[in-house]
Order: sequence, then C-alpha cells, then structure tokens
Amino acid sequence: MLEQILQSIKYFQPETALVVSFCLIVIADLFLKKRNELTSYLALIAILITAYFLVQQGTVGTQSIFFDMFAIDPFSLFFKAIILTSSFFVILFSIYSKELQGRPKGIGEYNALIIALTLGMFLMTGATNLLMIYLALELSSLTSYILAGYTNEAKDSSEASLKYIIYGALSSGIMLYGISIIYGLTGSLDLNTVHQALVLQSVNQAALIIAGIFIVVGFGYKISAVPFHFWTPDVYEGAPVTITALLSVASKAAGFAMLIRFIKVTFIDPAIGNLGPGMWAVLRGFDWNFVLAVLSVLSMTIGNLVALSQKNLKRLLAYSSIAHAGYMLMGLVVFSNEGIAAVMIYFIIYLFMNLGAFYVIMLVADRIGSENIDDYRGLGYRTPLIGVSMTIFLLSLTGVPPTAGFIGKLYLFSALISAKVFWLAIVGVLNSVVSLYYYVRVLRNMFLRDPQPNAQPLHFSNMEILILLLLVVPTFLLGLYFTPIVEYAQASIGMFGVR
Amino acid sequence: MQVGLSHYLFLSGILFALGLYGVITRRNAILVLMGIELILNAANINFIAFARYGGMQIDGQMMAVFVIILAAAEAAIALAIVLNIYKQFKTVNVDEINKLKE
Repeated sequence: MLEQILQSIKYFQPETALVVSFCLIVIADLFLKKRNELTSYLALIAILITAYFLVQQGTVGTQSIFFDMFAIDPFSLFFKAIILTSSFFVILFSIYSKELQGRPKGIGEYNALIIALTLGMFLMTGATNLLMIYLALELSSLTSYILAGYTNEAKDSSEASLKYIIYGALSSGIMLYGISIIYGLTGSLDLNTVHQALVLQSVNQAALIIAGIFIVVGFGYKISAVPFHFWTPDVYEGAPVTITALLSVASKAAGFAMLIRFIKVTFIDPAIGNLGPGMWAVLRGFDWNFVLAVLSVLSMTIGNLVALSQKNLKRLLAYSSIAHAGYMLMGLVVFSNEGIAAVMIYFIIYLFMNLGAFYVIMLVADRIGSENIDDYRGLGYRTPLIGVSMTIFLLSLTGVPPTAGFIGKLYLFSALISAKVFWLAIVGVLNSVVSLYYYVRVLRNMFLRDPQPNAQPLHFSNMEILILLLLVVPTFLLGLYFTPIVEYAQASIGMFGVR
Repeated sequence: MQVGLSHYLFLSGILFALGLYGVITRRNAILVLMGIELILNAANINFIAFARYGGMQIDGQMMAVFVIILAAAEAAIALAIVLNIYKQFKTVNVDEINKLKE
C-alpha cells in the first residue's frame, strides 16, 4: 500500500506543484499585505513550474495511480496543457485588470484561488473513479463560486456568485444521486469495474437510465449545455471578466475531458467489432448518442438564437459559449476517435479566440467603463489595433476562413460527415450562419458607425499590447498552418483503460 | 417486519424529491440551500444502504464521509455568499435578486 502511494506520487508532480504553490501564495499574501500584487508573479512562476513537470510527463505513457483513482495518459495531459495555458493567460490579464487591481482586499487570495481552481480542473481531466470525479468537480466548482463573486463590493458579482452556487450545488447534488444509483447497480465506484459490471451482469435498465440522466445533469452544468445553462449568462455577465474568460475556456475543457473519459471508459462496448476503425459502440441500456445529440442541438440553437437579442457583450459571449458547447458536443455524438480529436483541435483554437475576445472586453471596459455593444461604436477608429484584433477573434468564433475557427469547425464537420451524421452537420452549419449575424453586429458598431463626437483615442501599455498579440497571432496563424495542432491532438486521444 | 434495503431506498427517494421540491418552490436563499443539503443526504443514505445491504465493499461509506465534508465546505461558502448578498441587496429572496438580465 505504502509502496503504491510512493510510486503514485512520482507521477503526481504537476498537481503537487500546484498544491505547494497554493500554500505558498496564501502565506506570501499574509506577509506582503499591501504589496500583494506580487503574488501574481508567484502564480505565474508556479504555472511555469507545473508546465515543466507536465512536459516531463509526456514520456510516461499511460499510468493509473493512487489505487485506480487517477490516470496519467496523453488525453489528460492534452487537456491539462489547455487548462494550464488558459490559467496562465488569465493571471496575466488580472495583472492589468483595473477591476481587480487597487481593491482594498488586494489580489492575493484571487491568485491562490486560481491555482486551486487549476488543480481542481487537473483532477477532473484524469479522474477514473466516481469518488474522484465528484471531488474534483466540487473542488473546481467551489473555487469558481468564490472567484465569480470575488469583487464582492459589486452587486453584479455578488448576484453572479449566488446564482452560480445555487445552480452548481443543485446540479452536483443531482449528479451525486445518480452516482449513488450507479454504485448500487454495479457495486463499485471505479469506472473500469463499473464497465465490467455493466458488460457482464444485466442491470435494471430503468434505474440505469435514471442514473444516466442524473449524471448528465452534472456534466451538462459544467460544460454549460442547454438545458442546464441557466447559470451561464448571469455568471458570465456578473463575474470579473478574467474569471469569465477562465470559466468559458478552462472549466469547459475540464468538463469535456471528464465527460469524454466517463463515457468512453464506462459505456463503450468492446464486443462490437464490425464498426470502422476508431468507431465506438455504446453499451445497451443508456442511449448516449441520443442524449448527446439532443444536448448538442439544443445548445447550439438556443445559444445562438438568444444571443441575437443581447446588448451586453459579455452576455452575448456567454450565449456564444453555450453555442460552442453545442458545436463541441457534435464531436462527441459521432462516437469515433476522429470526433474526439476534432473536439480537442477545437479546444486549442477556442482557447486563443475566446480568451482574446474576453481580453478585449476587459481592456475596453477598463477604459470606457461599459460592456454595452452600443458603446463600442467607432471603436475601430479610436483604437485600430483593438478593433482589428476583436474582428479577428469574432470572425474566428464564427468560423470564417482564414481564421483558426474555420479549421476547428472544418474538423468537427468532417468528423460528422465521415460518420454519416449528416442531419447534425446541417444543423451545425445553419447555426454558424445565425451566429454570423450577432458577431457582425459588434463589428458593424466598431467600424461602420462614427464614434461619439467627444470620443478620445484609447491608450494601452506595451505589455497589454504584447499579451493581445500573443492571442491574436495564434488565432490568425493557426488558420493557415494547423498541421502541428492537428497531429498533436490526434496523437493525444490515447486513454488509460481503453483499447 | 424486517427493515431492508428497499426501505432505505424509499426513504432516500422521498428525501431527494423533498429536496428538489424545496429548491424549486422556496424563494429564500437559505431554504434553497437546505433543499440542496437534503439532496446530498438522500445520496448519502443510498451509498450507505447499498454498502450495508448490497454486500459491497467499504466504498459507499467512504463516499458518504467525503460527501459530508464537502457539504460542510459548500454550506460555508454558500452562507458567506448569502451574507454578502444580504449586505448588498438587503434581502435574501432569490426572486428579488435579479439586477442582471437587463
């Protein structure tokens, strides 16, 4: 027992680094007092150290550690890289965010909580036990509740955190009830053993369906899929912009990683071998194809249609992120390795374009004090750089070539077409067309309307522009030269315990 | 009459339904959170009943202990948030707290 724990710790270095740096930042916050903005740099260093350990793990292949609680495999490493990169950018953003800096409470706890949130999401990507899944989900949720309400003197932020915790706690409670039914049916919490039990014994089908639906509630809340999306618009609008950016990218990535692993390890039937290479067949009992297809279509359609009438840019991007959850669910519906690779490619691109869009909102809101789309009029003339960057991000979110978003959509749709799920591909394309309308509305305000008569040009520091370029350049370049990310994603679908 | 697994499952089903009903109908944030606690405890009863009567390993009881700890953590954070809400809005009625959404 002790030996296995010692063995496991060897593979647990990235997470250990995060735990240690969380403690260090909390202590540093106490000592630094008034100068606690320095903790941001501590957090950045912590993330770089974690990245170093992650790169080291690239060679270990697949490992199961801590008594099958947690898996180290290319799949989880890929999602950890996405999560870590977005945390890195979000901490960089916060250094320049006027919303967060200069508050009496400072930013020390904020940085510590972001590290804890990153740890929670890391655990989500690798959890192979229902206990671990629940704990990881709660760790990341609890920290996000606090972060959403971090600027607690603002009414918006407080309201966002209240709505978040009510929806979040309810969803994870329902999911826990579903887990308890699965435990009763199969006698185990370990995903592989649950899989064995489902293959070998005949379980009560009605109970399995109820448990499946309850568990989908928890996952659906985390990836903000319709009909579990009600928290998303309010939380995205009320929370500090940096946290909104983190929730929309990292939290969603972790949710998807957990969902894909859960379905693939637990519900894929290895006995059916007459499908094409890389295709999966689902165990009888719970029709995941149908449930995921319904979630995907609802998320895309409702997300895009409601976004049409939004006036607040953060709220608009909240609905757009619901729609993007729908697009990414399309990759899951096809139940093939190609579909999963497409989702992973999409996440790399989504990371840059979505963080970029939220970063622009933050920069502009800090200067003009508004997130309203009408206040963006003439912004393209007041600050051409911001205007052009926002154009690239929004066109990429729509999926217009030659931006990276086009490549992401291309791979998703080609996965759908090679799996012969044409109807869903058509729904997806129609939705992309609808989304063009509301993204272009922002662009029209920025470029085709004159600025208000007394509007001044906006000024940005060199560092702020550098961070912006770090996001714009990949969004543009990945649309032209995308072979490396495609190869990386296709090489990373290997998962522990799945043949 | 012997008390068996089905009695416990029935009890937990009732608790779950009551919790869900509380969350949906109550307008006071504290009462909503109490409904969520009921749901968590319903799941706990399930875990322990299955572990005791299903001839399963200690997993279920272990899970229940973790859930109790998490429920406490969640309650602490939720109450802090509700306290802050009361400072800002002078109410804890979830219907009146909708500054967002226009």
